[in-house]
Amino acid sequence: MNRYRFVLYRPLQLLPVLVGISIITFVLIRSIPGDPVRVLLGPRSTPSAIERIREQFGLNEPLWVQYLYFVKNLFHGEMGRSILYKVDVLKLIVSRIEPTLVLVGGSVLLALAITIPLATIAARRRGSLADHVIRLVSTAGLGLPAFWLGIMLIIVFSVQLDLFPVSGYGRTFLDKLHHMVLPCLTAALALSAVLTRNLRASLLAELNSDQATAARARGLPENQVFWRHVMPNSLVPTINLLAINIGWLISGTVVLESVFAIPGMGQLLVRGIFTRDYMVVQGVAMCFALATVMVNFLADILTVTADPRVKL
Amino acid sequence: MSDTVLSVRDLTVVVHGDGPPEAIVDGVSFDLKRGEILGLVGESGSGKSVTSRALIRLLPGARLGIAGGSAVLGGRDILALDENSVRAVRGGEIGMIFQNPSSHLDPVMTIGRQIAESIRFHRSVSRGEARRQAIDILRQVGIPDPERRYDAYPHEFSGGMRQRAMIAVALACDPDVLIADEPTTALDVTVQAQILKLLMDLRDTRGVSIIFITHDLGVVSQICDRVAVMYGGRIVEVGDKRDIIGNGRHPYTAGLVACQPAEGHPGERVRTIAGQPPRVGQMPPGCRFHPRCPKADAVCMQTRPPLEASGTAHLVACHHPVLNAQEVAS
Ligand SMILES: Nc1ncnc2c1ncn2[C@@H]1O[C@H](COP(=O)(O)OP(=O)(O)OP(=O)(O)O)[C@@H](O)[C@H]1O
Ligand code: SF4
Ligand SMILES: [Mg+2]
Repeated sequence: MNRYRFVLYRPLQLLPVLVGISIITFVLIRSIPGDPVRVLLGPRSTPSAIERIREQFGLNEPLWVQYLYFVKNLFHGEMGRSILYKVDVLKLIVSRIEPTLVLVGGSVLLALAITIPLATIAARRRGSLADHVIRLVSTAGLGLPAFWLGIMLIIVFSVQLDLFPVSGYGRTFLDKLHHMVLPCLTAALALSAVLTRNLRASLLAELNSDQATAARARGLPENQVFWRHVMPNSLVPTINLLAINIGWLISGTVVLESVFAIPGMGQLLVRGIFTRDYMVVQGVAMCFALATVMVNFLADILTVTADPRVKL
Repeated sequence: MSDTVLSVRDLTVVVHGDGPPEAIVDGVSFDLKRGEILGLVGESGSGKSVTSRALIRLLPGARLGIAGGSAVLGGRDILALDENSVRAVRGGEIGMIFQNPSSHLDPVMTIGRQIAESIRFHRSVSRGEARRQAIDILRQVGIPDPERRYDAYPHEFSGGMRQRAMIAVALACDPDVLIADEPTTALDVTVQAQILKLLMDLRDTRGVSIIFITHDLGVVSQICDRVAVMYGGRIVEVGDKRDIIGNGRHPYTAGLVACQPAEGHPGERVRTIAGQPPRVGQMPPGCRFHPRCPKADAVCMQTRPPLEASGTAHLVACHHPVLNAQEVAS
C-alpha cells in the first residue's frame, strides 16, 4: 500500500477497535455492583429522590438505549455529565489531561535517554563489568512492580535527600517539572529495563552484521559505523517494543498517579470507579483507548520512516 | 617491478583456539600487477576470504590474528600501519565487493548516501560535490537514471543492480585495488555475465587491479589474467591463466580442473577430488594435500614443498609436480 493511503486508511481500520472498547467499558462499569446515585445521595437518601436522579441521568433506560445516547453525545463532542462533579466529562478530562500527558511523554523521553546510552555501553563493551552490571540491573528491573519502585524513589530522593517533592503537581512550569521528575523516572526505569535488553541484543547482532562489516571496509571509524549504521538499524525493533509498552504505560498512569497523588486522568478514572461515576469512567476509558490506538498508529508511521523495507 | 600494485609476502593468519595458534593462512605470497585480474581459487575453507580480509586488516573473527608477513601497497606495508592509516586504505586504496549485496548494504540508508559517505570520509569535499561524484559512479557501473536511483534504498534494486551498487560503493574513492569475494555466486547466469563484463570494463577504463575470489573455474577462464590456487591456507600454484587451467602442475590444480563439469555436458556426473579438505586443528604436516594426493610419498608427509618457479611467472609448491603438455611431448 502507498504510504499516504496508509496514513488515511489506517485510522479507519482502527475505528472498530474503538467501538469494541466503548461497548466493553460501557457494559463492564455498569455490571459492577453499586449505584452512582446512592453514592451521590449517601446512605440516608429517600427512594423517590434516588428515582428522580436516576431519571435525570437516563439510568432507567435499557442498556442499549443508554449506549446509543452515549454514542450520539460523542458525535456532538459531549461525553455526558459527571454524576459526582456535575460538570461535562469532557471538561473534566481536559482539566486533567496535562499532568497525564506530561507523565507519559516525560517517561518515554526519559526511558530513551536511559536506554540508548546504557545499551550502547553494554553492547560496545560486551562482557565488561559495565555490561554485566547493566544486564543484571535491567533483569532485576523486569521483576519490580512500578509502584514499589516509585515508593522507593520517594523514600530515597524525597524523604531522605529532599531533592524532589513527595507528591502532587506544581503550579508554575518549573514547579510542575520538578514534581514530575520522580513519577517519570519511575515509569522510565521500568520501561528501560525492557528496552535496554532488547536494544542491546539488536546492537550486538548489528555490530556483527554484514552491513557493519561493509561500512568498516569503506574505511569508516568504529564510532561512525556505530552511530550511522548500527544504531539506526537496531532502533527499528526497539521502537516497536516501545509502542507496545506505551499501552502498558498509559494504563500504568492509573497506579503512578495514585502513588504520587497527581491530579491526572488516571486518578480521575480511579475515583470514577469508586464512586460508580459511569460517565467519567466511560469517558476516560475512551480517551485511554484512543490514545493507545493513536500511539500504535504513530509507531507504525515511525517504523515505516525508520525502515524503508517495511511493507504496509 | 614498477607495475606491481600490491605485493604480498608470507602473509600468515592464525586462529587462536584451545591449543597452540594454527595458521589458516600460511605464508601466502603473490604480486598483483596494475590493471590485472588475479583469480584466487580453491575449495571452501581454503582461506580465500580470510586472505582478502587480512589485506584490509578486517579479519572475520575475534579469534583470528595476523601473525606475520607484509602487504606492500603504494610503498607502505598495510600490515604495519596504525589503525588510523589502515582506515584510509579501506575504501580508499582498496575497495571491497562482497558476495551478498543484500546483506552488505545498509538497508535503511539510500544507496547514494552510502557512496557519498565513503567519499566524504576519504576526501574533504562538500555534500553537494560528494553527491555529484556518487551519481557519476552510479552511472559508470551501469545503473540507469542515477540521479533518481541515488535516493533509492537497497531493497528497491534487483539483485544485479544491487551488486552494481555495491561495486559503486567499492569504487567510490577510485581505489587501486578491488577485492571481489565471490561477487557473482548469488546471481543468476545472465546477470553474472553482466557483472563480469562490468568488472572487465572497469579494469580497462580505470586501470584498477582486481583480486577475484571464486570457486568457479569457468568464471576464472572468462575474466582472469592470472590465477592463484589455494589449498589449506597456502598458495599451491600461481601463474598465467593458460598455465593453470588445463596445464596445472600441482596435483590439486589438476584435480580441480578435472572436476569442473565440462561445458555442454550438463547431465554429466560431477567428479570431486576424493577425500576431505583439511580442517582447522587437523592440518596435516608436510604438504597439506598429501592425504588426498595420488602422488604422495614419504617426503610429502614430512616436508612442506616450497613455492618454486616452473617456467616464467609460474610457481608450483609440489615435490612431484604433474608433467605439463610440453614435457609429456618431449
Ligand atoms: N571467524 C572465524 N573464526 C575461526 N575460524 C574461521 C573464521 N572464519 C574463517 N575461519 C576458518 O578459516 C578458514 C578459511 O576460511 P575462509 O572463509 O577464508 O575460506 P574460503 O576459502 O573463503 O571458503 P569459501 O569458499 O567457503 O568462502 C576455514 O577453515 C575457516 O574455518
Ligand atoms: S607435494 Fe606431494 S602430496 Fe603434495 S601435492 Fe605434491 S605430490 Fe602431492
Ligand atoms: Mg569465502
